[in-house]
Formats: sequence, structure tokens, C-alpha cells
Amino acid sequence: MKKVVQMFVAVFLVAFIFVYVTARINSLQGYSGANTLTIYNWGDYVDPDLITAFEEETGLKVIYQTFESNEAMLTKIAHGGTSFDVVVPSDYAINKMREQGLLLPLDHELIPNLEHIDPRFLNLSFDEGNKYSIPYFWGTLGIIYNSEMLGGKELESWEDLWDDSLRNQIILVDSAREVIGIGLDSLGYSLNDTDPDHLREAHDKLKELIPNVKAIVGDELKMLLANEEAAIGVVWSGDAALIIEENPKLNYVIPAEGSNVWFDNIVIPTTATNIEGAHMFINFVLDPENAAINTEYVGYSTPNRAALEYLPEEIVSDERFYPGPEITDQLELYENLGKRMLAYYNELFLEFKMHRK
Amino acid sequence: MDNRTRNMYLIPYGLWIILFVVVPIVLVGYYSLFDIDGQLSIVNYKRFFSPVYLGMTLRSFWYAFLITVVSLGIAYPCAYWLTKTKHKQLWLLLIVMPSWMNLLLKAYAFIGLLGTYGPVNSFLNVVGVGARQILFTDFSFIFVAVYIFIPFMILPIFGALEELNPSLVDAAYDLGASPWTTFRRVIFPLTISGVQAGCQAVFIPALSLFMITRLIAGNRVITLGTAIEQHFLVTQDWGMGSALAVFLIIAMGLTMWITTGGKRVS
Amino acid sequence: MRKSKLANIYLALVFIVLYAPILYLAYYSFNSGGTMYAFEEFTLEWYYEVFQDTRLLVILLNTLTIALLSAAISTIVGVMGALAINNVQRRDFRNALLTLNNVMIVSPDVIIGASFLILFAMLGMRLGFTSVLIAHIAFSVPIVVLMVLPKLQEMSPTLIDAARDLGATKWDVLTRVIIPYISPGILSGFFMALTYSLDDFAVTFFVTGSGFTTLSVEIYSLARRGISLTINALSTLIFLVTLLLVLGYYAISKQAARPMRLEVGE
Repeated sequence: MKKVVQMFVAVFLVAFIFVYVTARINSLQGYSGANTLTIYNWGDYVDPDLITAFEEETGLKVIYQTFESNEAMLTKIAHGGTSFDVVVPSDYAINKMREQGLLLPLDHELIPNLEHIDPRFLNLSFDEGNKYSIPYFWGTLGIIYNSEMLGGKELESWEDLWDDSLRNQIILVDSAREVIGIGLDSLGYSLNDTDPDHLREAHDKLKELIPNVKAIVGDELKMLLANEEAAIGVVWSGDAALIIEENPKLNYVIPAEGSNVWFDNIVIPTTATNIEGAHMFINFVLDPENAAINTEYVGYSTPNRAALEYLPEEIVSDERFYPGPEITDQLELYENLGKRMLAYYNELFLEFKMHRK
Repeated sequence: MDNRTRNMYLIPYGLWIILFVVVPIVLVGYYSLFDIDGQLSIVNYKRFFSPVYLGMTLRSFWYAFLITVVSLGIAYPCAYWLTKTKHKQLWLLLIVMPSWMNLLLKAYAFIGLLGTYGPVNSFLNVVGVGARQILFTDFSFIFVAVYIFIPFMILPIFGALEELNPSLVDAAYDLGASPWTTFRRVIFPLTISGVQAGCQAVFIPALSLFMITRLIAGNRVITLGTAIEQHFLVTQDWGMGSALAVFLIIAMGLTMWITTGGKRVS
Repeated sequence: MRKSKLANIYLALVFIVLYAPILYLAYYSFNSGGTMYAFEEFTLEWYYEVFQDTRLLVILLNTLTIALLSAAISTIVGVMGALAINNVQRRDFRNALLTLNNVMIVSPDVIIGASFLILFAMLGMRLGFTSVLIAHIAFSVPIVVLMVLPKLQEMSPTLIDAARDLGATKWDVLTRVIIPYISPGILSGFFMALTYSLDDFAVTFFVTGSGFTTLSVEIYSLARRGISLTINALSTLIFLVTLLLVLGYYAISKQAARPMRLEVGE
């Protein structure tokens, strides 16, 4: 008995010391509640030096909290309980947030740096007039491949994935719209197709891809491809850039049949308490020089046209990650197809995954 | 003990059960009655009885069963021999310690270890077996799952073995019993409570395993846990996710009923 | 002799497998290449980064605080729960309690997280340290019950009766007879609760707020952009410190064990 009690007393004691130390650190750093700005973002998705610079410039203290999927973030915002001032959701999530009334309109007068955004990335279908959102980073969905492992073979289209010589070589991303989209695109249908027959057809076509599929994974895809665990991956361009940085043998291509173009965007949710600070932050990261610093840190493509001047030439001129309008015009944004359709996509995808073995 | 003491213990525990078990179950049951458009319906339960979900349920049970059996097979001798070591409490702690490291990190480490160019395949090459595909197979899935659950099996078995009265084992030997007979007739029956606790602590969570189904098995293995996670997070079809959860809870209840129903009598 | 050799080889193998991923992570924490494969050159860069990152330090302290507090409190609640279940006379009521107990273990984390989020929202609670702590206590209780209950059940009632006959009060029976007897179960429960808390991502994610983050939430959210080796370095450090603590604690308790045993004999 004595031993057990001793142990518990020790545990509580240590825990309270930790609480005290944490409180000390927080107060030493000047987090007092009134002067804070809470940013809710993907992990490591902004240069920490920029945050420090922002804190110095404005006197605000930034709390950086992270999420790992749009849907999880959405659930958190919808149920409240915490005040997030700035959030960075992807395009299709903005649709949903708007629908649910979770976004505050932006005051464009407080964001003069908005003028630096490339006009072709403004006024998009998910937020016309950019009432609620401003693009933060953007990219495409495509194929990354290691032609050395494929005996010099080059890939150009989705259709190439079905090649018999690619047995057990492809790693797909674990996401319904992306994978069903491969089937749709290769059949010449739209990524936003809602015709059940077309979707069924896409699913049946994908079924034939199964022998070539090695695995369907999430973020670990980057590690697997860079480490040459498989020769081909279906990835977002942002990830592709990170993979190629690690393993230059790989190449990225936007498939000929067309593909998806995506945007991560800055918004202010209704949970915001420091709306003024949120606008200050948005304007701060849109500043061309800051945007360039951030782009170099994050490695994704920036929609900030003025920032391109501050970036190294070899990044900006890389057509794979900064494709011109003639290519981006061919790409499709995911539209909000409604819950029921999305569920159908997922059901088909689940069925596709169950076929394996 | 009399009624008053019994009720005293029941107060905090009962409070916990009501607030964190009963209320969530009611919530889950309530959500399961709504289809994706928020209409009251039993469509989710109908969907469950489609081949896709029934197959998934069957597989979840099969894998959870395999994981439990393998864990038990590895854990029992391990726990047994641990009790014979000199610093057994220390060794036991050292068995538990790896489970305190973040699971995602360990999964990444396993991807590296079991990968085509990983140390395991290099080793197989050196030994002459030759490199092979380990990652994204049933083997790697069961292996990593057992890795995760093994402390949950070892701890209770170790505890039961510790309580075993050594004079009983001596007596069996004195009566001329072989080591195997002693184990089968004396040691194992006396440690059955630990085995039971261990099996429950492994089988039940193994039913709803997800994450490593993707990381280690590359989605070759789809369990109910994976599907529920999808419905809650991706489709946002909380109704279907909840319906699956209801089945999972019922299945767990049945498992408990079967595994404990007979033994409680003794 | 032959047997103990076999035992040693077996245990050594188990430990090698258990520690392989951890050594793998630790090894690459010195990789200047920045990845968890392809080792380039030895560097301490990632360790410097750990010590410069106060945000990471706060997250670490948060994680440990939550783990220790939730494990301790849930152990207390869990022990009461096990006592309560054990004292219930009616078998079907007891089985019902046990089934409810296990609902939490079988439920996928996402469901627990989502339903707790709804629960806390219904109660109008602000999310942050307290909500995370409560949630961790809530999901750790059942595993403690599962670890303690078998010990209670195998305890012979004559032991308690004997103590009673000798004039022990209820409190005496509890503190001098029951708790010492079930203390291995209590320890198992505590360690398992610690494991649950340190490993949890999904539940914490849903119920956290106001800038309060734990290490697993941070690590999972880093996955999209690639987990930095700083995390490896931090995990290696945590692991070494834990190892030292465990060894130190063991050495101290070993020394203290002698007078302790006398005390029991009195």
C-alpha cells in the first residue's frame, strides 16, 4: 500500500511541477490572452521565421495550432469551443464551410496586398469575388515516376498507368475523389461527373488497374517514393516537389487527359475573436517578399505573382510546378457535389479497395 | 462486503460510465438513425448487410483473431521466462517502454525497416534467403499489430504468473509430472485469468484497428475501424459511421458474453 | 541449463524486435540528410533544433502532464470500478457493467473523439487543458479495470474473512489486504493508461483547443509536409530520459526493498 501511495504522490508532484513550468514559459513569452492571434493550419505550413517577424512587427503573439485533414478541421470549427482566428482550408472545404456559415467575409480594404495575387487564381468557383478566401498555395494532381526504375520509360497520361509492364509499381493516394478521378479523366469524363453510370464505368476501369497497384497510402507516400519503394505514385504537386527535392531521379508530370487543380486558402472563420489581427496576418503573408520567403520554406507553388520575382529562376521557370495558363485552363477544380454524391464516390472507392488481395 | 461499501465504489465509476459510455452510446445510436441528408431512416442498417460491409466485418474478426492468437503465442513464453529472470520488474518495464513512443513514428520506422532497401531485407540477402516484398502484406500487418499489442498481453499474464504458488509446481514435479503436463494441468489453468484479461485487451481494440491498415498494409487490409474512420472524417456520413460502431459494440458484447459466460461459474 | 539458454535467446529476440524501430528512429536522428532512410553524415543539428524550439518544449510538457495526471486519476477511478464490479452480486448486472466498460476499448478513436466533442459542446465547456485531461481519463479507465479485475477475482474471499475475524475495519481490509494484493494489477493499469494517453491522437485532436497541443497531435499534423528529424531527436531524448528514470527508480526501490519487506512481516 505504502509503495503504491508513494508512487501516486510522486506522479502528481511531477505533473504539477510540469504545469508550473509550462505556465512560466508561457507567461515569459508574453502570452496573455488579449494580444494573441490563433492560426489553425497544417503542420509546418508556414515559415516560423515569418511568424516571428509578424510578432515583432505587430506586437501580437501567435498561437500556431495544427490539423491534419480538412474534414477534421471542419468538425472542430463547426462545434466551437475554441477561437481560431485564421484557418487554411483547401478549396472544397471552403465550399462546405460557406454552406455551413462558418466563414466571415473578408474586408478587402484591410488587405491591400491582395493585388499581388495572379488574377487567374482569383474569382474561382468555390468563392466568387474572393469574399471569404484568398489563395495561399496551389498545385495540381499528377504522376510522379522514376524512369530509371522503369528502364527509361516515360509516362505522360493516366492511360499509361494501365500498362501491363507496370505490375505492382504504383502507389495511389488514399483519397476517393483523386482515385475515382483517375478513372473519370482517363475515360474523358469530368472530375465533377455525377452520372452514376459514368462513375460505375470509372470504377470498373479502375478495377483493372489493381494488379499494377502496390499500395494505397497517405502522407507516407513521400517517404516510400523517395526511397524507391515503388516506381510510380499519384500525388499532389506540392508533395511531388518535396519528393523530387529528396530524390532528383524522379519526375513529375501533369497527365495529358487533364487533372485536378487545387488551392489552399486563407480564411477567417466565425470563431475568430481577433478579426483585426487576422486581417493583419493575411496582409502580412501576401506581401511579395514575405510570400517568397514562405514559398521557399514550404516548397509548394505560390499564387502570388509579385513574389515570383523574389524567387530563384529555376523554381519559377519549372513548368511542372508553375504551369502556364494554357495548361491550367485544362484542369478542373473539385466542385461541391453534395454529400450524397460524395458518399457515392467513397462507396465506390471502398469497393475498389476491397477488391484487392 | 455490505451494500454501503459497494455503493460507494459504484458512485465514481457509475458516474464515469453514464457520462462517458452511456451518453456517447446513446449519441451514436441516435446518429445511426439518420441518413446522409439528415432524414430519419434505417438505411444505414440496410447498407450494413451488403456484401461490402459483411465481408469487411468478417475480415475484421478474422484479423483480430489472428492478432490475438499470435500475441498470446509470443507473449506467454515471454511472460513465463520473464518471471524467471533476476530483475523481472525491470525487464517488464523495459517491455512496456517502447509502447510509449509515438505510434506514427514507429510505423514510419517499420516502413523503413521492412522496406525493399531496409535492414531486414539486407539481412535476408546476406543470409541468402534473398530480398522479398514484406511491406504491404498480411504478414507485415499482423507483425506490426502484434508489436503494438504485445505489452497488453504480457502484462496481465506476467501478473498471473507472479501470483502462482511455486510449491504447486514443485508438488506436480514431485508427483512425477512431466514439464509439459505440469504446464498444461497446473501452470496454465492457474494463470487463465491473466490470459483472459490479455486476450480481451488485445482482441477488442484489434477489431477497430485502423491507421496501420494503411501505413503497413497499404490498405490491403480493410477493417471496420478503417471504414468508420472514413465515414466520420472523409464522407462526413456520421450516420453510417455510427451504424457500423453500433455493430462493433454489439459484436464486442457478444464476444465478451461467449468468452466469460462459461468461466465465471468456477 | 539448456532450458534457460533457450529462454535467454527467446527473450533476447523479443527485446531486439521491440527495440528495433526505436533504434532505427534514434539512428536517423543523427542523419544530416534529413530523411529517415539514406544516412548521409553524422550531425547533431536536429538536437540543437530541439533545444531552440520552445514551442516544442511546451508541447512536450503538456503531453507529459496530461499523461501522468490522466494515468494516475484513471487508475484510481479504474480501481474503484473494478472493486465495484467485483462487489456486484448479480451476474447479469456485473456482465452488463463489464460490457459497458469495454465499449470504450472497442470504439474507434474517431468516434470517441467526435462524441466527446459533442458532449463537451453540449455542456458548454471551453476546450483546452481540462477537456483533454477529462477525455484522457475517460478513455483510460476501462483498461485499468481490465487489468485490475482479474486480480480481484482470483483473490480468495477467505483472506478478507480472516482479516475481518481478526477485527480489521473495512478501511483496514482495503488498504492492508486488498490493495497490496492487487497492486501488480494497479501498476499494469497505470502503465497501460500511460501508454493510451501518450499514443492518443484522434481523441485529443477533437477535444483540444486554445493553443493546447500534445506531441501526437503535432506529429500527425506534420505528416502532410514530412516529419522532421527534430521529432526523431526529441523522441530519442525522451526515450533516454525515461530509460534513466526507470533504471534509477528501480535501483532506488531495490535498495529500499529490504526494510520494506521487514515492515510487511511485522
